[in-house]
Amino acid sequence: MAEPMVRAESVHKRFGRLEVLRGITLEVGRGEVMCIIGPSGSGKSTFLRTINHLEKINRGRLWVDGSLVGYVQRGDRLHELHDREVARSRAEIGMVFQRFNLFPHKTALENVIEAPRLVRNVPKAQAIQEATDLLNRVGLSDKRDSYPSQLSGGQQQRVAIARALAMKPKLMLFDEPTSALDPELVGDVLDVMRDLARDGMTMVVVTHEMGFAREVADKLVFMDGGVIVEAGDPREVLSNPQHERTRAFLSKVL
Amino acid sequence: MASGPVGLPQPEAEDIKAVPVRHPGRWVASAVVLVIAVAAVRSVVTNQRFGWGHVGHYLFTSQVLHGVLVTLELTAGAQVLGVVLGVLLAVMRLSANPLISGAGWLYVWFFRGTPVLAQVLFWYNIAALYPVFHLGIPFGPSFISFNANSISAFLVLVLALGLNEGAYMSEIVRAGIISVDEGQNEAALSLGMTRLQTMRRIVLPQAMRVVIPPTGNETISMLKTTSLAFAVGTIADLLTTASRIYDNNFLVQPLLIVASLWYLAITSVLYVGQYYLERYYARGSSRELPLTPWQRVRRGIFSAQHDQIAMVPVAFERHEGGE
Repeated sequence: MAEPMVRAESVHKRFGRLEVLRGITLEVGRGEVMCIIGPSGSGKSTFLRTINHLEKINRGRLWVDGSLVGYVQRGDRLHELHDREVARSRAEIGMVFQRFNLFPHKTALENVIEAPRLVRNVPKAQAIQEATDLLNRVGLSDKRDSYPSQLSGGQQQRVAIARALAMKPKLMLFDEPTSALDPELVGDVLDVMRDLARDGMTMVVVTHEMGFAREVADKLVFMDGGVIVEAGDPREVLSNPQHERTRAFLSKVL
Repeated sequence: MASGPVGLPQPEAEDIKAVPVRHPGRWVASAVVLVIAVAAVRSVVTNQRFGWGHVGHYLFTSQVLHGVLVTLELTAGAQVLGVVLGVLLAVMRLSANPLISGAGWLYVWFFRGTPVLAQVLFWYNIAALYPVFHLGIPFGPSFISFNANSISAFLVLVLALGLNEGAYMSEIVRAGIISVDEGQNEAALSLGMTRLQTMRRIVLPQAMRVVIPPTGNETISMLKTTSLAFAVGTIADLLTTASRIYDNNFLVQPLLIVASLWYLAITSVLYVGQYYLERYYARGSSRELPLTPWQRVRRGIFSAQHDQIAMVPVAFERHEGGE
């Protein structure tokens, strides 16, 4: 069997005394889309952020594409990776944030070419060509010279997706990508994500969009209190939840 | 006239033409200000002892112009040193290493806590403390050594003012850095940038918007602080030059006015520079940048030819392109 893209084994995370993740074990296969749902404070965003080492884990093991995240094992000891090595592995993992986090002092095009130019030393003409194609793909070819403040939320989030894709990632992380959007703008962003999934991108999506999860996800994970309460086929989990906690949550959001 | 969604007719409305509120208090205050202004101008013009003829005579003498140049050099040197030190100290103070952040804190505490004049005099007399400087390893060999008396007074003043300025600039830069949203850091890191790249390409350019106005303030302040050269006495800056001239001819007030006019003129030029710098770093922060005064003038001339009213470009429509 091929190595999964993401493998988590009993991942724990503490903020001071607060235990946010209390043993997460899961696998995301290549080309798979996993949606993570759960109430706020359940640790789902924190778990997503451990995958590209924006959060350090305190216990357990986490692999992306077969290599440990943030550490290297020599003998039976773990050694922290150097800033530059962490950066190199993050470059392979795209991330999209709830609040977009576009660079406000750069135009849409500049946002997209910044990392390929700086991190991968892509020649300028080539970077611009690829960025133009990506902006085209997310339906924003006419916005390449607009600054983020001149774009609607939905447009900003699509630029953010193009920016992440510009690094040609093997894995995409989405942290509630539509939660900060007006309801009428959600559809465009979900369309882009749906296309991405269809093209075979491996995706981990923290979301409240149950319709999207049902339609696009290969696996659905319900988290609460820092643990996985229930996981499985999305249609199965959504229509026939096995746990009382899942049933209570779904009855409020569906 | 179409029927609205609630079934009511939707009539056209007229522009409001209301009688404005009157402000008699403002008229009284304006009259008082005007009377004071006329009195002040009349006194300045008619009082022969101002010596306006002397002011005009000395304003562009080569001695004064040289003083202006020295003042500009002192300001530029000290302020550049201050900004460089300020960035370094700000990054130090944000370091996770307590020794590094502590050293930054101590520096700022010391240089902000002592009078800048005392610092200038201290560095000027440093040769009394260290006649010869050695650069090397403590208790080990020395690589470079030089005589402290060989450093020019000009360089000492630049160093003294720059070291002091670094402390103030570091607080300004630090405020700028922490004003940048943490999400910017995360976005840059998630794209594979190192922390240094993130600081240089993403955080510092955005911090500039917060950093520039107080830095302009500091530069203007530095321009005038260079007149502490007066205390050293051997540097021919603007104020010292003026004093040397009036020591000979006793035209104290006219020469102080000459110096002040130059300080005012340079400050005004700095205002313009700051305006354009702020404009540059404001890109992306507002939907449409306001016109510069020059653009306004040009646009005014252009539209006058076509007998039109100058129009500011229409602000960008937020949902333009329809989402």
